[in-house]
Amino acid sequence: MKLALPTVWPKSALLTVLGGVLVLFSMTLLIPLTFALIFGEATTTLFLQSMAVCASCGLLLIALFRGSQREMLPRDGFMLVVLVWGVLPAFGGLPLMLHIDGLSFTDAYFESVSGLTTTGATVIEGLDHLPISINVWRHFMVLLGGMGILVLTVAILPILGVGGSQIYKAETPGPMKEDKLTPRISETARGLWLVYFGISLACWLSYFLAGMSWWDAFMHMCSTMGLGGFSAYDASFAHFDSPTIELVAIFFMSLAGVNFGLYFVAWRSRSLKSLWTDLEARSYFVLVFASVMAVTLFLYLHEVYDDPLTALRFAAFNVVSIATTTGFASTDYAQWPLFVPVYMLLLCGIATCAGSTGGGIKMVRLLLILKQSRNELIRIVHPRAVVPVKLGRSVISPGILQSVLGFLVVYLLAICLGTLVLLFTGLDAVTSFTAVIASINNTGPGLGDVGPSGNYKGLSDVQTWVCTILMLLGRLELMSVLVLFVPHFWRH
Amino acid sequence: MNILILGAGRVGESVAESLVSENNNITVVDTDPSRLQDLQARLDLKVIVGNAIQPSVLDQAGAADADMLIACAASDETNLVACKVAHERFNLPTTIARVRSPEFIENDPLTSRATGFAVDHVVCPEQIVTSYIEKLIAFPEALQVLAFAGGMLNLIAVRAIEGSPLVKHRLGEIPGLVPNCELRVVAIFRNEKALMTLDGNSTIEHGDEVFVLAAAKDIHDVLIAMHNPSDPVRRLVIAGGGNVGLRLARSIASDHRLKIIEPRKTRCDYLASQLPTRVLVLHGDASDARLLEEERIGDTDMFLALTNDDETNIMSALLAKQMGAAKVLAIVNRKAYADLVQGTQIDIALSPAHTAIGSFLTYVRRGNVVAVHSLRRGTAEALEGIVLGDRKSSPMAHRRVDQIKLPRGASIGAIVRDTKPDPAPERTEETASNHPQILMAHHDTVIEPGDHVVIFVCNKKDIHQVEKLFQVEAGYL
Repeated sequence: MKLALPTVWPKSALLTVLGGVLVLFSMTLLIPLTFALIFGEATTTLFLQSMAVCASCGLLLIALFRGSQREMLPRDGFMLVVLVWGVLPAFGGLPLMLHIDGLSFTDAYFESVSGLTTTGATVIEGLDHLPISINVWRHFMVLLGGMGILVLTVAILPILGVGGSQIYKAETPGPMKEDKLTPRISETARGLWLVYFGISLACWLSYFLAGMSWWDAFMHMCSTMGLGGFSAYDASFAHFDSPTIELVAIFFMSLAGVNFGLYFVAWRSRSLKSLWTDLEARSYFVLVFASVMAVTLFLYLHEVYDDPLTALRFAAFNVVSIATTTGFASTDYAQWPLFVPVYMLLLCGIATCAGSTGGGIKMVRLLLILKQSRNELIRIVHPRAVVPVKLGRSVISPGILQSVLGFLVVYLLAICLGTLVLLFTGLDAVTSFTAVIASINNTGPGLGDVGPSGNYKGLSDVQTWVCTILMLLGRLELMSVLVLFVPHFWRH
Repeated sequence: MNILILGAGRVGESVAESLVSENNNITVVDTDPSRLQDLQARLDLKVIVGNAIQPSVLDQAGAADADMLIACAASDETNLVACKVAHERFNLPTTIARVRSPEFIENDPLTSRATGFAVDHVVCPEQIVTSYIEKLIAFPEALQVLAFAGGMLNLIAVRAIEGSPLVKHRLGEIPGLVPNCELRVVAIFRNEKALMTLDGNSTIEHGDEVFVLAAAKDIHDVLIAMHNPSDPVRRLVIAGGGNVGLRLARSIASDHRLKIIEPRKTRCDYLASQLPTRVLVLHGDASDARLLEEERIGDTDMFLALTNDDETNIMSALLAKQMGAAKVLAIVNRKAYADLVQGTQIDIALSPAHTAIGSFLTYVRRGNVVAVHSLRRGTAEALEGIVLGDRKSSPMAHRRVDQIKLPRGASIGAIVRDTKPDPAPERTEETASNHPQILMAHHDTVIEPGDHVVIFVCNKKDIHQVEKLFQVEAGYL
């Protein structure tokens, strides 16, 4: 059977690939299902139901559009990414809706988006009392979303040659995605996922050795590696109150904020040199380390903590957590002098590297903008100077610089607009602004009502949708989504 | 396979395109970033900007893990040096270089790994195109004539024309209709689509593009069995005295009457100094109607537009045809143009990069493949391989043709038994007893180890399956 739709997409393999992604996504429900079976929880059937729904939708799409084999064009890549990221959360929220009575679709979708975009904001209260399998599913979505479900698809399904790189480019964060690690995109994707998987295993083991139960270790590993911030406990990491566990978390959060391509290179060349020679990664490490030190000093001088070591412990954990856009909290840092929480929120917008699992505008864009600004100044002094923007040894083309500046403008506009809309709906200023920052940067906790001690449950439906959209925009780096709203995109 | 391609020019691009589609890991190195960007946007491969003779650039491109280096940059120097560097620094297993100069040949101390430039295989696309055109001049009825088994056996592409002896007849009737020559039809393309099943009951229709295997001595008979006989080509006009033009003029000057039109004065001087005086070098523009008229284009048997520029070639060829040239051929590099001129006044449109691809593919193919010809713009392929091993280790040895599993649309065309390496073409005419023998494949022909088998593949995606037939596997059942 063939459907005759007048639009551009059914002709390409777009919807077939979407079907494939849905089938793959339904397979990932096997993980929480396993947990449900191990712990003998009553959630087994609802996971099976969700799997069945998701898989049959996928198979239906594949069956309907199987015949279309046109090579994917760049615009199909964007279309697919937005489709997948719009549709998957609905299926991801299914188990949550089935289990928690009274959880509206809005809230389930929000929770699911929050997981897949590795934001970590939650609308669910009483996490401690949820069945383990439901919690595992929330966390596992973070792990999936971190490296990207489509990158996983490209790695596993033999997708359409160059079509694979269109999808890859549309989903992976960062301004420069032309550099391939391997000649073939499916191998690049596979390599990234293997590295991600390997570090995740190490993280799981470390949490376990640091004293967590094996299932807590699994859940927090997912949340840490995806830089999400979900926790199985309302109190987040304060629940464990263990410096060792916090140390493990700090270590792996820091690792996950680096471009995973660098680990791939390091692994292939058997040398960690690339991690330090890469300007972006080095700036990231330096910035995060310096911020931790500065905040420690500040907290100690303001006598928030009497003991410098305690100050270091809390500053290190919370600053790393927010700067990497994770969103764990080991204390209610909103109570600290205002400078610190605001500075931390600023960090979350800029610290993480392109190609990591973190959010924000990414360190490399900040570096490019700073270098560009410096060059403008040099040109004022030496009007005839030829000063290209360089990153390491390679010259960055004006085209990339322009796209970075354009991105920054749209990013700031989105923040302004989002804040305005939230203010319009009646939210207070601090909550509005920080909720927008925390959503678009995929961080999670803001300040005010949505601060580290609160959650997003108090928001109205409209406010929840605004945050949901901002999270998706942030994860897909705005342009991938906004391009769909340009009339040219739809014209033949 | 990990393959490194140097040079993103026309040749590099079409080699890359062809190899990417066969799931190889391709890295292309070139000094021009914009060309590489285009390539990367279109194909799933990795690109590196840099000068390929520098070890650091080769290292960055992954030369250490590469299985094969294909150096097809524009200059011989770059290609030769790159092969040498790749060998000395990275010990790259296979090196292929595009070399225009005829003085660098394979298996020579100058190109050997021990003492020379470490080039395992030398490919010269200009030479391949030249011999391709030579064949078309020798057999003006054919669309294409390709050699297997060192020239003994030929694959001939011909457009079937109503009224010739075999058209409107079943394949089963062929032996009765042309009793003196042995031929085998391996594929028929009707309206640009291959007929998937060919048997005794398939018919040849007017307008079909028919691929036939025949011995070298029978080419002419095969052609006139399906196409109107045309007069032998004597008078030719070549537009464009570039690399291909000069090569062609040199090799056919002795038995043809030849004029070359070339717009650059200095090049004309050079051409005149290089070619025998019986070749007339004309300084002028090939799309200048008056010049063509003065040179009596209406009396020429064949007009060849061989400049570097697609538009010039197409326009001058159309003009020549309109002014009465019996047959016109144009070199057309761009695929879109080639499709466009298909079936117009231009009799043959030829893509040099595509024509040369077969010789690169020969070295990429696994198994004991000794010759590959890429056909119909890369969608089909004919390959010749040697069957080795025995019934246990090889899927073909000691088996009847109908017992061999082939993908749909692929067919075993002919078998050359007891072939000596590269027999000179004139020796094939002799009838000494231990000379190679051509057997047209019938369903009951039994293939022996050592046979050269020619297989025609209609769908390129089946090529890996066919390659496997020529591989010897230890545990094959």
